[in-house]
Amino acid sequence: MGAFGPLRNPANMFTALVLVIFAITPILAPALDESFYVIVFARIMVWGIAAVSLNLIMGYGGLISFGHAVYLGIGGYTVGILAFHGVTSAWIQWPLAIGVSGLVALVFGAISLRTKGVYFIMITLALAQMIFFLSVSAERYGSDDGLNVLARSDLGVSFFSLNNKTDMYYTIFAFLLASVFVSWKLVNSRFGTTIRAAKSNDTRVQSIGVATYRYRLTAFVIAGIMCGIAGLLQANLEGFVSPDMMNWQRSGELIFMVVLGGMSTLFGPVTGAFVFLMLSEVLAGWTIHWHIIFGPFLVLVVIFARGGIAGLLTRRADRD
Amino acid sequence: MTDVIAPNVTKDIALKANGLKKAFGGLIATDNLSLSVATGEIHAVIGPNGAGKTTLVNLLSGMLRPDAGSIQFNGRDVTRLPAPARVKAGLSRSYQITSIFRDFTVLENVMFSVQARQGHSFRFWKPVSRDASLIDPARELLGRVGLGDRVDIRAGELAYGEQRQLEIAISLATQPSFLLLDEPMAGMGPEESQRMIEFLRALKGAYTILLIEHDMDAVFALADRITVLVYGKVIATGAPDDIRNDPAVREAYLGGDDSDDCSEEGAA
Ligand SMILES: Nc1ncnc2c1ncn2[C@@H]1O[C@H](COP(=O)(O)OP(=O)(O)O)[C@@H](O)[C@H]1O
Ligand SMILES: [Mg+2]
Repeated sequence: MGAFGPLRNPANMFTALVLVIFAITPILAPALDESFYVIVFARIMVWGIAAVSLNLIMGYGGLISFGHAVYLGIGGYTVGILAFHGVTSAWIQWPLAIGVSGLVALVFGAISLRTKGVYFIMITLALAQMIFFLSVSAERYGSDDGLNVLARSDLGVSFFSLNNKTDMYYTIFAFLLASVFVSWKLVNSRFGTTIRAAKSNDTRVQSIGVATYRYRLTAFVIAGIMCGIAGLLQANLEGFVSPDMMNWQRSGELIFMVVLGGMSTLFGPVTGAFVFLMLSEVLAGWTIHWHIIFGPFLVLVVIFARGGIAGLLTRRADRD
Repeated sequence: MTDVIAPNVTKDIALKANGLKKAFGGLIATDNLSLSVATGEIHAVIGPNGAGKTTLVNLLSGMLRPDAGSIQFNGRDVTRLPAPARVKAGLSRSYQITSIFRDFTVLENVMFSVQARQGHSFRFWKPVSRDASLIDPARELLGRVGLGDRVDIRAGELAYGEQRQLEIAISLATQPSFLLLDEPMAGMGPEESQRMIEFLRALKGAYTILLIEHDMDAVFALADRITVLVYGKVIATGAPDDIRNDPAVREAYLGGDDSDDCSEEGAA
């Protein structure tokens, strides 16, 4: 259970490398005249937080939610709508975004966790689509054109502002580190052990005397909140929210990032988000038909690299 | 029907099933089944494959709901109680088909069971790997079941017989008063079986045990009382000697003329 193993392990080295890149990009990129990458990496990190949150329930809990991007939308729209009505204080916006995400996750989880397998996947998808269509039909907030976030969340301090690109970047970086740290603590706690045990053998957990439902529901809410935070960061970063944030395709991409990076590994989802988004960025630069290359690549990863990138690197280490 | 235990008022009844019924579609797996297990005894349930033994364990442990009938545990009606609550009341089961956490280490398997016993698991921060209140009892128990030197191995990598031992250790870690053991010797070789018999004998008295078993030698070696199940029905209940000599049992289960054949068949 040593979650942060020795640095010799290639998967951990890769993690360290990605973290260092994230940490120094705002310093390095302008020097290299590539400040474009500050935005790109900030985006990747936001997706990384969302993927880490999905991994909590999907990787460690075995709950394949096909509607997880809905919390990106909820976190994002909470900020967008409040700003639209003139409420810009982060101290009001963020707790509200967290509260609403958690509440929606509580309701959706309470419903969907009564089912298993394919039914669970379908119900999480259906519930998320409900919110998606709600956002599409909300004419006041731009319908499917989306809504400009009129002002970034105001932290109320003079020395640090999300209007500053570097401050924004490091805020997201801090939240990314926090999300990985929180998962690490959770996964190895009694709570996390219960979630992992229920994934591995639910009936055995019941016959040991643990009713698994409420633990899963709690995990579902925690993951929803964490993804809601990614959503509020995304709204601030892009200055724009739209129904597309919580399109079912976004949920699918989140699943993919987690699988690509390595399910039930702490940092795998971040690596997954990094590789997924960098690759689509690079491929899209080459050709407009980049999906034709990307699709089969994803299929190959699923077939040949079970355990994702983390699994690939770890297996190599085992062989050496 | 005559309840043989009823006149013996000095013995407490730990578990009592009354008229249990369970059907899967048209198949009646448990047919008006009544059974009493006295506190401290090993009560064996035998019967041919498909007789409904595992279904009985599922009903008693709360994994299945009976279509009719009731279950009393230590004088309390538990018929509607869900499985986890029955475990909390002291009723623990093991599985015929090994049911462990294969990706957890041997120690983690038992630690989790200890954790379940200690109350709710809404503890989000402290790592279990440094929790002595989980590790110490788990190590102690694993030592007792003979897995003391295997604690750090992934459970899925244990030898089959060891997995069976772990299966029992997980059940014991919930600190039950009553054990429902579904064929603990299933699939074991003669030597391993013998060791398991010795282990169960050592548990005798400390736990009340309902022992489902195929192995006749084991049953006659361990049981205070035996219930014979055929097609979901109890056809006989009594002391081992009575069961051995019961004509209906010999006909239906022990296979007529020679019971020695059957004990060999059971051990095979
Ligand atoms: N979940 C189930 N669904 C349908 N039939 C079942 C189920 N469980 C058991 N059965 C049937 O009930 C009968 C009794 O099974 P079981 O209790 O496993 O017998 P035993 O443990 O004595 O071998 C068998 O005919 C079996 O096929
Ligand atoms: Mg059986």
